[in-house]
Amino acid sequence: MMTHTGFVLASYGVSIVVLVALVSWILIDQRAQRRALQELETRGVRRRSEARTDGAS
Amino acid sequence: MSEAVSKARRWVDLANPTRFINFAGIVLPWLVGITLLVLAAGLWMSFQAPDDYQQGSTVKIMFIHVPFAWLSMMCYTVMSISAIGTLVWRHPLADVSAKAAAPIGAAFTALALITGSLWGKPMWGTWWVWDARLTSVFVLFLMYLGIIALTRAMDDPAKSSKATAILTLVGFINIPIIKFSVDWWNTLHQPASVIRMGGPTIHPSLLWPLLVMAVGFTLLFFTLHMMAMRNEIWRRRVVAMRRIAARSAERRGTQ
Repeated sequence: MMTHTGFVLASYGVSIVVLVALVSWILIDQRAQRRALQELETRGVRRRSEARTDGAS
Repeated sequence: MSEAVSKARRWVDLANPTRFINFAGIVLPWLVGITLLVLAAGLWMSFQAPDDYQQGSTVKIMFIHVPFAWLSMMCYTVMSISAIGTLVWRHPLADVSAKAAAPIGAAFTALALITGSLWGKPMWGTWWVWDARLTSVFVLFLMYLGIIALTRAMDDPAKSSKATAILTLVGFINIPIIKFSVDWWNTLHQPASVIRMGGPTIHPSLLWPLLVMAVGFTLLFFTLHMMAMRNEIWRRRVVAMRRIAARSAERRGTQ
C-alpha cells in the first residue's frame, strides 16, 4: 500500500504559497503605481501627450 | 472600409498603451472570474479523479505539475513573440509584455521543478537527476532569471529592451530542446503522453481534470500577464511624469 499523501500535500502547498506570493506582488505593485500616478496628478504634473491635447503650459 | 481592415485597425488601436489600459480595465474583471471558475472546477475534478493503479495518490501531482511545465514554455514563447515585436516594430508595448511576463514565467518554471521533484522522490526514488528534460528546464529557469536581471539592470527601458529581446530570442532554442528532449535522449522523465502522435495515452478519468486544470492555469497566466503589463505601463508613466516635474522645477529654479 502506497501512502504518499505528504508529497501530494507538499506540492499543492508549495504551489499555493508561490502563486499567492506572485499575485500579491502584482497587486501591491498595482497599488503603488496607482498611488504614485494619483499623487503626480494632484500635483498637476501632466504627461507630454496630455499637455499637448489640453493646450496647457 | 472592409470588415477585415477595420478589425485590423482595432488590434492596432489596442497596441496604443492608453487603449490597452482601457481594454484591460474592461476585460480583467471577466478574466479573473472565468479563471477562478475554471480553476475551481479543475481542482474539484482533480480531487474526484481516481488514484493511478501504479502511482497511487501521487498522480494528483500531475494535475499541477504538467500545467506548470506547459506554461513555463508557453510564457517563454509569448516573450519570444514580444521580442520580435521589439526588434522588428520597435513597439513599446512589446517590451512591456516581455518584461511583465518574465517573473510570471520564472514562478511557473520554479513550480514545475519543485512539483516534479516532489513527484520524483516517491516514484523514481530521487529528488533530482541531471537528465536531458530536467536539465533543459533548469536552464530555462536560469534564462528567466537572466532576463529578469537584464530588464531591471538599466533605468531606461529603451536601453535594455533591445538587449533583452536578443537574449530572449537566442534562448528560444531551448524550447524545442525541452519539448523533444524526452524523445531525443534516454531520460528518466517519461515521454509525452498528452500531445503526441496517435493521441493521448492517459485514461480519460485523469485526462479531463488535467485538461481543465491546464486551461485554468493558462487563463491565470493571461490574467496575471495583463495585470503586470498594466502595472509596467503605469510605472513608465510615473517615471516620465517625475522627469517632467523635475525638469519644470529646475526651470523655475533658474529663472
